Amino acid sequence: MYSFDVVRPKSVADAVAALGEEEAQALGGGQTLIPSLKQRLAMPSVLVSLAAIDEIKGVSSEGGGLTIGGGTTHATVAKDCAASYPALAAMAGNIGDPAVRNRGTIGGSLANNDPAACYPAAALASGATIVTNTREIAADDYFQGMFTTALEEGEIITAVKLPIPEKAAYIKFEQPASRFALVGVFVAKFTDGVRVAVTGASEEGVFRWTEAEAALSGDFSAAALEGLSVSADGLMTDLHGSAAYRAHLIGVLTKRAVAQA
Amino acid sequence: MTKVTMTVNGKSVSKEVRGNMLMTEFLRDELHLTGTHVGCDTSQCGACNIHVNGETVKGCTIFAAECDGAEVGTIEGQANADGTLNVIQQAFQDHHGLQCGFCTPGMVMSAATLLKENPKPTEAEIRHYLEGNICRCTGYHNIVKAIMAASGQDVSTIAAE
Repeated sequence: MYSFDVVRPKSVADAVAALGEEEAQALGGGQTLIPSLKQRLAMPSVLVSLAAIDEIKGVSSEGGGLTIGGGTTHATVAKDCAASYPALAAMAGNIGDPAVRNRGTIGGSLANNDPAACYPAAALASGATIVTNTREIAADDYFQGMFTTALEEGEIITAVKLPIPEKAAYIKFEQPASRFALVGVFVAKFTDGVRVAVTGASEEGVFRWTEAEAALSGDFSAAALEGLSVSADGLMTDLHGSAAYRAHLIGVLTKRAVAQA
Repeated sequence: MTKVTMTVNGKSVSKEVRGNMLMTEFLRDELHLTGTHVGCDTSQCGACNIHVNGETVKGCTIFAAECDGAEVGTIEGQANADGTLNVIQQAFQDHHGLQCGFCTPGMVMSAATLLKENPKPTEAEIRHYLEGNICRCTGYHNIVKAIMAASGQDVSTIAAE
């Protein structure tokens, strides 16, 4: 790693001030950033750890939705959302491994927007709102391509607001070495329609499969998806799977998610 | 350099550290607690697992500066007060849950938090919990068996594969 300092502000205001420094970078749980730093893929002058900011941690529920602090770990979401939003809790409880879940945060995962991460699918399918220190961003506007989001330099995710669907499920076809999604599909059924978000597949990162959403909104059953398929154009090909294989998985996993929801 | 103060295995320690010093380096190089092993150094293998405020984390993927004020536990603090092996360590010995032993400190640290959260885990729950602990010798079977035994469950029906 290059040399840098670590600071641990206790409030969002102090963190925002610290991020105003030249080459400052936010540090969430560090489960992606620290391995990246070891590969010298980043050269911050100072890392602003968000882990000591109590005001952005924890889960609360109000008016049929959840508000999850940006600094809330995957382990806490897995535990505290088990009753209120089981599909989200199950998704969080299958990220990485227990040690990763004890450090990694929802805000960190969404800010990084890894094309194979689980949280982007959950946020997009749930129609979440990303709350930052300056504004609120709809999930539909937030994800802007692989490792790219609507966040400005120095902007911090303070919370994520998620409406709770009537039914939901997330199915991840795991890449067994990394435990990231080779493909993952999150299906969420609301009274006014169904949202289907796919991670792990596209070169543009997480996306909504709108044809499946339309079919499922009329008939929420695996049978409603018969005959629908996703084009392999623009999907990722790597040593773990071809674009055509990923396209096939999207159809299979969406059916499984509907059956499980 | 930043000054950090934390409790390691019940003892308070204060040191000046570099911002980029990992907990694995802090424990091994500064405190000479070399039981926390560095296997992959890429957050995959779990040989470096330690406890921070009672939770298992990867020592290679957390900075010492992030542990300022924390309660840290390592494998050196796991034995009973009289120096005898604790129930998990003894079960690893009894059930041949280790061969070369390199992964064992991380396995024991993971098993400790598993049994704290879930005192009677099923075999499937143990295997799920150990997804971030890699062992290249045992094939995991006797590790799972040892953790089952440490939780006080009957392991006679688990085949000795």
